Amino acid sequence: MSMLEVKDIYKSYGDVQILKGVSFIMEKEETKVIIGPSGTGKSTLLRCINQLSPPDKGQIWLDGEEITNRKTNINKIREKIGFVFQDFNLFNHLTALRNVSIGLEKVKKIEKDAARKRAMQELTRVGLEAQVSQYPAQLSGGQKQRVGIARALAMDPDVILFDEPTSALDPELIGDVLDVMKSLCGKVAMLIVTHEMGFARNVANEIIFMEGGVIVEQGSPKEMFTNAKMKRTQEFLGRIGALYGEEETGG
Amino acid sequence: MATDFGQFFLHSLPNLMSGLGYTLFLTFISITAGFFLGIVLALGRVYGNKIVNGFCVGYIELIRGTPLLVQLFIIYFGLPSIGIIFSPIQAALLGLSLNSGAYQAEYLRGSIQSVESGQMNAARSLGMNKFQSIQYVILPQALRIAIPAWSNEFIYLLQYSSIAYIIGVAELTAEGKFIAAHTFRYLEVFAIIAIIYLVLTIVSTEIIDRIAKHLSIPGIGAAKRVSLRDI
Repeated sequence: MSMLEVKDIYKSYGDVQILKGVSFIMEKEETKVIIGPSGTGKSTLLRCINQLSPPDKGQIWLDGEEITNRKTNINKIREKIGFVFQDFNLFNHLTALRNVSIGLEKVKKIEKDAARKRAMQELTRVGLEAQVSQYPAQLSGGQKQRVGIARALAMDPDVILFDEPTSALDPELIGDVLDVMKSLCGKVAMLIVTHEMGFARNVANEIIFMEGGVIVEQGSPKEMFTNAKMKRTQEFLGRIGALYGEEETGG
Repeated sequence: MATDFGQFFLHSLPNLMSGLGYTLFLTFISITAGFFLGIVLALGRVYGNKIVNGFCVGYIELIRGTPLLVQLFIIYFGLPSIGIIFSPIQAALLGLSLNSGAYQAEYLRGSIQSVESGQMNAARSLGMNKFQSIQYVILPQALRIAIPAWSNEFIYLLQYSSIAYIIGVAELTAEGKFIAAHTFRYLEVFAIIAIIYLVLTIVSTEIIDRIAKHLSIPGIGAAKRVSLRDI
């Protein structure tokens, strides 16, 4: 049994059908990257998985428990699914430390001192031990996103969903965030929606190419970048390659 | 004349102080009760289902669409005819609280809605239930944002509490009327009372400003309330 199973997910917003039957599985500690054009349902898929936007149809299992079952306690499930947002969504009224510890304190009911100690460890892990007492407004975008990652990590999730984690960052700040994500590879399962092809290529165990609400093709980075079967995948990767330069996507 | 006024003032002081006590009592109890009522109504409007939301809208519109004086009359003069009898002070506390609750609800609703939706998403993603998300993430931000508008409500309530005099509460304005009726020195009495209200307003504004400053957090709309001193 796989850690995460996503089966035939459909989702519409009003009359617009966003997801049209998406299925894939994820194993423990695997790193999977979802790529594809904008408006293709990648972010919606992530929000379906943690039920921020419950799917209209289809099932999702985490560790053999059906998330999409109405009887499942979704709050319990969400503890096991970290989520890192494109626009960070740090709690504005809390310091970096409290942003990371609040889930431990209020959701996992861990005693305050222990929770803060753990938060300190996670912030150190993402290189922010000097910023623990700063508020989100006092942090750079890259620092905010690293707090966001630490906040997800502190909950000891089975999988962390990353929704375009570097898209809102200045180019020079992207590297720090990607480095942190790289350092997590093989330690926790990560499902990452990103346009960072270099990162996808170097770090992913598998790449999923989505377009028009369906998975067009999936495979190892090597297969996808050098030997994609579908013409659409080749075109997309070719265009991205031309856009971001050879060293990221080429040879 | 000056000594005459001084004597008159000293003579009136016990009544004025007693009236001031009632005014402060009415204001603090009503603002507090109205605050909790306002939170419940605002949350009902923002997060409630259709029925809850409809009830809250109905209540708020009813209160805001009718004069406070009429509300007090209904409570004090009207309800006894169906067997519900309040003393003047009870009626005033109830009326002012119910009234202030509706106004505070609208201030609070505005500030709750001004908290970005991503905050709720992030809280829910951590595994907080809706109630925890509101308690630990939404309200701590919304209440800070609400302080400047809320301080206006405090000042209004402080001054509107004078309406309680009409149903016989011996608050500051009522005491003034009492003194004036016995001395015919309307100008002096109400000038003194005006100054007392003015001082109360300035002092409470200053206190609320300091509380706002004390609670302020970098990046959270601590837009400074325009105070009398800035005009």
